[in-house]
Amino acid sequence: MSSLRSITFATLAKDIRLEWRSRDAVNSMLFFSLLVVVIFSFSFDPNAEESRQIAGGLIWVAFLFAAVVALNQTWARELRNQVLDAYRVSPAPAAALFLAKALGNFVLVSLLEALMAPLFVIFYNLRALGPAWQLIPVALLGTWALVVNGTFFAAMSIRTRSREIMLPLLLFPISIPAVQSMVEATRILLAGDGSARFWIVLLLTYDVVFTTACLALFETILQAE
Amino acid sequence: MIAGTVKRLFPILAVLTALLLAYGTYQALVVAPTERTMGDVQRIFYYHVPSAWTGFCLFFTNLIASIVYLIRKNPKADALAVSSAEVGVVFCTIVLVTGPIWARPVWGIWWTWDLRLTSTLVLWLIYVSYLVLRRFSDSAQTPVLAAVLAIFGALDVPLVYFSIWFFRTQHPQPVIGGGGSLDPRMLHVFLLNLFTFSCFGAMVCWWRCRLEWLQREVDEAEAMESLLEPTEARLSKPKVTAGGGR
Amino acid sequence: MTNPNISQLTALVTINDLVKQFGRFAALRGVSAEFAAGRFFAILGDNGAGKTTLLRMLAGLAQPTRGKISILGAEPRGACREIGYMAHPSLLYDEMSGMENLRYFARLYDIADESRCGQAIRSVALDPGLSRPVGKYSQGMRQRMSLARAILHDPKILLLDEPFSNVDVHSARDMVGLLKAMRDTGKTIFVVTHQAGLLDGVADEFVWMEAGKIVERTSQLSPAGAR
Repeated sequence: MSSLRSITFATLAKDIRLEWRSRDAVNSMLFFSLLVVVIFSFSFDPNAEESRQIAGGLIWVAFLFAAVVALNQTWARELRNQVLDAYRVSPAPAAALFLAKALGNFVLVSLLEALMAPLFVIFYNLRALGPAWQLIPVALLGTWALVVNGTFFAAMSIRTRSREIMLPLLLFPISIPAVQSMVEATRILLAGDGSARFWIVLLLTYDVVFTTACLALFETILQAE
Repeated sequence: MIAGTVKRLFPILAVLTALLLAYGTYQALVVAPTERTMGDVQRIFYYHVPSAWTGFCLFFTNLIASIVYLIRKNPKADALAVSSAEVGVVFCTIVLVTGPIWARPVWGIWWTWDLRLTSTLVLWLIYVSYLVLRRFSDSAQTPVLAAVLAIFGALDVPLVYFSIWFFRTQHPQPVIGGGGSLDPRMLHVFLLNLFTFSCFGAMVCWWRCRLEWLQREVDEAEAMESLLEPTEARLSKPKVTAGGGR
Repeated sequence: MTNPNISQLTALVTINDLVKQFGRFAALRGVSAEFAAGRFFAILGDNGAGKTTLLRMLAGLAQPTRGKISILGAEPRGACREIGYMAHPSLLYDEMSGMENLRYFARLYDIADESRCGQAIRSVALDPGLSRPVGKYSQGMRQRMSLARAILHDPKILLLDEPFSNVDVHSARDMVGLLKAMRDTGKTIFVVTHQAGLLDGVADEFVWMEAGKIVERTSQLSPAGAR
């Protein structure tokens, strides 16, 4: 167990260090997120009341697109020079590698969301009429739901042609209940339309179920060759 | 053993199923009484619901076959998995096409986010992505990846149900197929078609499975064959260099 | 799993009727062999003979379609602590220095003592203090650093896939000397190469592969004897 934790954090630290050294990828993702927000704002330009109804959907669709861009580069460094083989040949547990990558993606996607959310608030003049603090668990659970399956399917896509399209193709159908939960919860909280508790619980269930599935099955797909 | 028996009986079973289908169609389109409010369009019900049932059964078969494959690595399980997925997608497509055809004249809308239609759509999406994964994966371990995806899909289904169910309590929408009890004569035709479609689905799946298995046997034989006669590249001696470097 | 009393001539690696198929193509068509401990094996053959496939399967990176591999009495994955693998790609992060790379891989192998990273780098005649990222190394340096990574955890078995390709003659000869020294300390070494001449007089056995099978095993390198 301790080796799982130490290898997870060693891998995460290495990834953050490498990402920091060449900030190109993160910078271009940040700019892409900004573009997505701007384009959405041009395409959907309603007045205050309507915007609160659809903002939930808009924000999460925008996050989803930004997340896919981030997720697609999850394994890029490990595939160059086939470093993934070095990991597979070692006794290090596959789950540690998965957790490190998922956590790294979580940090990265949260960063993108932290940029995009204020912009949405500004462009759409949003104000939460419901208990705004509930937006935090929605954001955290929702982001983890996308990232945990996204990291897993990104690893599966390694063994396919058309890698970049394979990831969203696998991720979107499975994510439907999670996306619906995020969107509904956000809509309810922004419009002050009752309690988002059911959706938050559903998101939590989704996260628990799929985190377990990913940890259990990651070794299987990592060693699939 | 069972497979051998089915193989021998297949032509008879196929003919029987075809006859049942014809009979079922006749019952559904001609004999069954016309529904009071919806009219003849309601007869789609005899295709719509049995197709959904057959599709779900086939996907369940895919799930079991996938789990068996992951545990036992039995190639026949994988052949069954791919066959049931393909045929299941076909039946799901029928559900998704007949749903709007039914809904439009009756309720005036093409689509409604009702439980059956929406969960069929999500299942259809998941299994189309399953088939795309199988086609685009060039790894020798494609069956493993596909089996894992099938398990993820199965885990997703109850969550899809809950989220749609709760969504509908917040946003009530018409239910395609309606509630209420069925006239006994309609019930009889419905059950007949339910049974017929199940047989039909099972037959097609079995046939596809046999095709898949035969194809794999051909591939394997070809693989071993092709190397009994080495190509020119293999006939030359290995290159030996006296010093280092190329 | 490891038997500490294993004698020099006992089989360390046993392969039974190994078949590997990629769809219609059979890369290995039934390979059976035994390899004794403490010896240096050169695996030779044309492209497509199955050499790389065999090595990857010994490393546990690919699963057999049929057949069995036994390394130190266990499956390849089970013996992974005693296996060091090196291939033509460097298996290193281009953006980190050699020492940073090895420090990370040491964590994967539960090696707490950092000085072993420096030792491994010095043993391949490179400088542990070099802060240049591996991506900027010459090919010879990169291959040597990759070898350092492979031997970092002091494995009993080394699996090297084309370690000398695109490497200058001097670096190649240095690497061969290094491998010879490792064999002399009791390691078992498998090298897949097209440059068999480099191993003439060094390797204990030459294993010739063709079309997915082992066709001959010789103790001398001689073109005439290869058939």
